[in-house]
Order: sequence, then C-alpha cells, then structure tokens
Amino acid sequence: MALKRKVGFFTGLKYKGGGPMRAWTLHRVSGLAMVLFVGLHIIAGFLTQEFGSETGIAINTIYENWIFQLLIFFLVIFHAVNGLRVVILDIWPALLEYQREAIWLEWFIFIPIYGLVLFVVLKDALGA
Amino acid sequence: MTSRKVAKRGFNLDMAMWLFMRLSALALYVVGLIGLTAALIMGARTQTDIFTLIRWTFFPNPSHVFSSDLVNLDGFINQFWQIMQIIALFFGITHGINGLRIVVEDFMGSSVWRLIWRGFIFTLWLFSLLLAVYVVLAS
Repeated sequence: MALKRKVGFFTGLKYKGGGPMRAWTLHRVSGLAMVLFVGLHIIAGFLTQEFGSETGIAINTIYENWIFQLLIFFLVIFHAVNGLRVVILDIWPALLEYQREAIWLEWFIFIPIYGLVLFVVLKDALGA
Repeated sequence: MTSRKVAKRGFNLDMAMWLFMRLSALALYVVGLIGLTAALIMGARTQTDIFTLIRWTFFPNPSHVFSSDLVNLDGFINQFWQIMQIIALFFGITHGINGLRIVVEDFMGSSVWRLIWRGFIFTLWLFSLLLAVYVVLAS
C-alpha cells in the first residue's frame, strides 16, 4: 500500500497535538541540537588540545557566552526530564493513560530547575 | 513513495536500539549524578560557578577542570575519572547518533539511500567515539 504523506511544514504546524506534540517536537529538536553541540565541542576540544587551534578556541568561546548557556541549559534539562518521562511510561505502560498529566508534571519539575539556572546565569552575566 | 519494509517481529536492530535508548538514558543519569556529587564534594560548593559544575558533572577531564578556578586538580587526574568519562561518552554519543538516525529515517523511504545513510551514520558514530576517547586519554 502506498503511503501518501504530502503535508507541508506550515500545515503540519496547525496540527492540534497539544502538550504531547510539543514535548515530542522539543525532544527531537533539543536532541538534534545537542548532537551538533557535543560533536562540535569534541572537534573543538581535539583541535585546541592537539594544535592550540584558533578555530577550536573560537567555537568554545561561543559556548561560554551566557545566551548560549541559557539555550543549552534549556535544551539539556528539558531533554533529560522529558526522556525520564518516556522511560518511566515505557516501563509501566499502565501509566500511559496519564500521559497528559505526566507532561504537566514535567513542566512543574522543569520550571523550578530552569528558574535556578536563569537566576544563577543572569546574576553572573548581568551583575557587576 | 512506497511504505518501507518493516523488519520481522522479535528481537531486531530497532528493538535493540529502542531498549538501548532507555538504558543509556538511565546510565547517563547515574554517571551525571556521580559526577555532580563528586564535584560538590571536591570543591564545587565554594570555588566554582554553574558552568564549571556542569563540566565536572559529565566530563571531569583535566583540561575542563583546568579552565575552571579549582586550585587543586589532583582529585580529577586519575584513571577513575577517565573511565567515567569514557562510559559517559560511549552512552552519550551512541544515544545521540542513534537519535539522529531515527529522526532522519522517519523522513526516509526504503530506497538505497537508507542503506547509505546507515553506513554514514555508523562511520560518524565510530569517528566521534574514537576522537572523543582520544581527547580524554591524551588530555
């Protein structure tokens, strides 16, 4: 059977998947972003360590910028919390009935942790 | 576009990687918590900022620790932390590369490109892992 899935990007955005869809999308986006981040960081570390390369130092300087730090903390913490939700619901499939509530719980766990990060990073970046 | 051929039921690559994604996520939690606890014990409470704490949590290698303000590096320069880093790198890189494989294959039919993609992703995985382990051992 042929599979017809000609759905454009903007049509796809209109899909009303709600919380679970947002979590799924963010999980993928944050995962891909981390693969890029860690990959470049390994290469930068290698170049800096072996050759004292300017490129490597330039890449790592971007990573030390506070705006980038806020972004990467958001992605990592969300991916970790959401991933734990996926693991727990997969181990006990009976809980899948409460998936929407689990995603709300996720944000309740995420917000205080990220709030702490915001506080510490911004105090460091904007404070004298 | 034709639908791709689904592998036979039972234990196949997709099943193995599905299980691996869950187990490696838990393993990364364990490795991260051990690193975080150790970093707090070894001076992170008073001598550091949040970025350094995260550096120590996952990859406490000497060059990472060197770029922080920690005065005494001795606690981090030993084989225990090298082994911990290699464990973190193995689970982290494999988890990440497999995630990349899954995301791309979701948008892929069953053409020969799928095979080429798998060959490429395997090479990328091996290359990243070897490079990262080299950086850890040579630092």
